[in-house]
Amino acid sequence: MTYETIIGLEVHAQLLTASKIFCSCSTKFGASPNGNSCPVCLALPGVLPVLNKKVVEYAIRAGLATGCTIAKKSVFARKNYFYPDLPKGYQISQYELPICIGGKIDIAVNGEKKTIGLTRIHLEEDAGKLLHEHPTTRSKGASWVDLNRAGVPLIEIVSEPDLRSAEEAVAYLKTLRAILIYLEICDGNMEEGSLRCDANVSIRPVGEKKFGTRVEIKNMNSFRHIENAIHHEVRRQEEVLKEGGRVIQETRLWDSEKEITISMRSKEEANDYRYFPDPDLLPLLIDDSWINAVHQNLPELPEAKKARFMSQHQLSEIDAETLTSSKSLADYYEACVKIYGDAKKISNWILTELLRELNNSGEPIEQCKVKPDGLSGLLQLIDQGKISGKMAKAVFLDMVKTGESAKDLVAKQGLSQVSDASTLEPIIDKIIIANPNEAERYRQGNEKLIAFFVGQVMKETQGKGNPALVNEILKRKLKP
Amino acid sequence: MELHHQTLHEVHEKLKKKELSSVELTQAVFKQIGKTEKKIKAFITLTEEMALEQAKKADAVIQKGGNFPPLTGIPLALKDIFLLKGTRTTCGSKILSNFVAPYTATSVENLLRDHAVIVGKLNMDEFAMGSSNETSAFGPCYNPWDLKRIPGGSSGGSASSVAAGHCFGSTGTDTGGSIRLPAAFCSLVGIKPTYGRVSRYGVIAFASSLDQVGPLAKDVTDAAILLKSLAGHDPKDSTSLNLPVPDYQKSLGRKIEGMTIGIPKEYFVSGLEPEIEKAVRDAIEVYKKLGAKIREVSLPNTDAAVPTYYILAPAEASSNLARYDGVRYGFRHPEATDLLSLYKKSRTEGFGPEVKRRIMLGTYVLSAGYYDAYYLKAQKVRTLIRNDFTAAFKECDLLLTPVAPSAAWKVGEKTDDPLKMYLSDIFTINVNLAGLPGMSLPCGFTKEGLPIGLQLIGNHFKEETMLQAAFAYEQATDWHTRRPKL
Ligand SMILES: [Zn+2]
Repeated sequence: MTYETIIGLEVHAQLLTASKIFCSCSTKFGASPNGNSCPVCLALPGVLPVLNKKVVEYAIRAGLATGCTIAKKSVFARKNYFYPDLPKGYQISQYELPICIGGKIDIAVNGEKKTIGLTRIHLEEDAGKLLHEHPTTRSKGASWVDLNRAGVPLIEIVSEPDLRSAEEAVAYLKTLRAILIYLEICDGNMEEGSLRCDANVSIRPVGEKKFGTRVEIKNMNSFRHIENAIHHEVRRQEEVLKEGGRVIQETRLWDSEKEITISMRSKEEANDYRYFPDPDLLPLLIDDSWINAVHQNLPELPEAKKARFMSQHQLSEIDAETLTSSKSLADYYEACVKIYGDAKKISNWILTELLRELNNSGEPIEQCKVKPDGLSGLLQLIDQGKISGKMAKAVFLDMVKTGESAKDLVAKQGLSQVSDASTLEPIIDKIIIANPNEAERYRQGNEKLIAFFVGQVMKETQGKGNPALVNEILKRKLKP
Repeated sequence: MELHHQTLHEVHEKLKKKELSSVELTQAVFKQIGKTEKKIKAFITLTEEMALEQAKKADAVIQKGGNFPPLTGIPLALKDIFLLKGTRTTCGSKILSNFVAPYTATSVENLLRDHAVIVGKLNMDEFAMGSSNETSAFGPCYNPWDLKRIPGGSSGGSASSVAAGHCFGSTGTDTGGSIRLPAAFCSLVGIKPTYGRVSRYGVIAFASSLDQVGPLAKDVTDAAILLKSLAGHDPKDSTSLNLPVPDYQKSLGRKIEGMTIGIPKEYFVSGLEPEIEKAVRDAIEVYKKLGAKIREVSLPNTDAAVPTYYILAPAEASSNLARYDGVRYGFRHPEATDLLSLYKKSRTEGFGPEVKRRIMLGTYVLSAGYYDAYYLKAQKVRTLIRNDFTAAFKECDLLLTPVAPSAAWKVGEKTDDPLKMYLSDIFTINVNLAGLPGMSLPCGFTKEGLPIGLQLIGNHFKEETMLQAAFAYEQATDWHTRRPKL
């Protein structure tokens, strides 16, 4: 029997607000343990939450960008459970009435386009972190609580069970991540946990209408983990069914080292969260004017940017698509165009040289040592005839390694192109005299031999001769 | 009258005329506390050193001359549910017995802004859950009118301290009657303002949608002065309302002629002790003489109040009290060996039986499968109760009822029967469910000499109307001038 895979994703995205969702503590990563905390996020007796308006604005952005309906009235609810990283003993979230409803995200897998539905987007607060080793003394045998992350704003984006493969799940997550980054509401960092993903996975015989029992997988913090975990889970469920067993509803953790999922808790062991509306917060009311204001200030999204690159810069669709695949790449490109001007040339360099190097190193573009002014500077040297296009490619590799400017590298390595006829002429004369046979054959019509002479001149000048000028002088001197 | 038995506004006049200083007044209060506090056990913590410092500063303000707020230099006390930076705040519970507040409640900041002197933190039912002050982990508090009896609760210490002259006014909180009941049992004026009138920030939560801060005082004028100081919008409390605070004292003395006072018939039924009913009916006669129109009204859902309250309040409490887990502050059981035993042992020993009863009740009504039948239904009934009042206030300016079906009972009398205890709040709970302002004022004494309270209920944010009518009654009677003999 062949099975069909059904996947729905729940994505938690940390919002890039300067302060937490219900107090004024900083959200900055890397403070000393509990350095970003106050009576409110420590859940001292008597404290009350006050909603950060910026958080609402960011959630509206996410909703508008994914075609959701923004709820005129949404309600914060308490999700009750005990854990030391949850200081109040409940998480303030949204339950029955979330801020965004419906929506969709378009994805493409191997060129095939597909629309994935969104069930909802809701607001909630993050929990703190437990450390099982003391942050300074490194002593073990006890646990320590760091509440810097407690109260950091999150949106949870819940997809419909529309995904049919691990590849689709990854494509969906990549697209969603790009949108969030474009919106400037999440940094998308999966390793640091700013973007987290849980997957609901089930399988059913092809043709069957009813969904199979779903299993929730947690603890995947990279695209590769998600792909591997889903593949593994699908295989596991298939095996269970083939052996005549039954998939049980449970939560499983992905173990990225062993590459397996491990059962964490069954449905029976699941918490009863006892959700109820938080009486400390009024219903969140959002009017049209607020939505319109957010809409008007919405950052340019990938599709719009792509269209603009095509019309304004005359880029091909495929080039524009690649350049807008991430906001940082598009920003890089636009910064270069601003400095350098020639969009076509810049895009060619980025799409071939730069992207190849980024692929090789696996580094994100933000960490690339060649900044837009650096790349622009290199192209300007070519235009000024200081270096050849070929030399520029070599210089570029050194720039990637060292971060030095093209100008400095060229000067340091004595690479500057010889564009001075009075320097080149004696060298060329010498070479023509040294190769009488070839000169004769050229004069008799074998014009291909020009390449031989250019090669000789380049050898003599260690590649620094300005190719155009060398050609010109050679042709003049070899004229019959 | 002895100094400690005088009213807040009377001693304010003395301070103004420089007949005595705040330091002298504060010392006199502590002298009285030294004499009689052991009989009533109103305080959990005394803050004499801090109080004298505050009194000195208040004297400096008074010395500068000019106008100063009427609370300047006046010794007050706080229910031990209010956080005051640097002082222990226990909420009457073992689980917070070692908790020192690192910040100050907004309402207390308001009192300090007006240069009040804080003499201590007052005894209360644990987490404000009780009607008799007997659930306090620090032992019961006694009624100055009869030391064998309870002062009412949960703000028991807030009432007995003022009645005994251990302070000139106090703060309380009222979730289902916790200010009005003890005020009635101790012959005081107690106000539960409109929900949202006074900030809840820094006041330990019991049931967030019902809790409201208010004053307990010797007469209506004192209560008006205290309420003006406590009230006001607080950006730290999302449920606090951004409305200007009237000068409540100005509404005192206005005639009440033509005012319509509604008498809800459901409040005069079986269970109401005849002596109480008579005192309240007499009060109605006084109002008639003062020119008020009396009109019988109906609040048909009155019977649903107690069951509705005992679903909603415990539900919210079960969640509000989850933070007391022994992890960050408060009592942590020394024998805990792992996370689960830390939670279990700390909470089992840290909370008293009434608090645990309500946590279990609240957890139950919010549980999957029961939520709709209990919590959701109770919310709907709450709306019905609210609608009853809305309808009544279409034809009345105020409602008048008894505060409680009986006067103060003996210590231990109802502790074995929680249901009987819960019924003592039968006339006050509705006011919280509807978010309305309500107040208690003295309207007589039983044959045994126990105080009886009259309740006035106003429409939302109509505290002025309520105070105006209360003052008119107070002027026409002299119940408020009596003091217990200790
Ligand atoms: Zn904070």
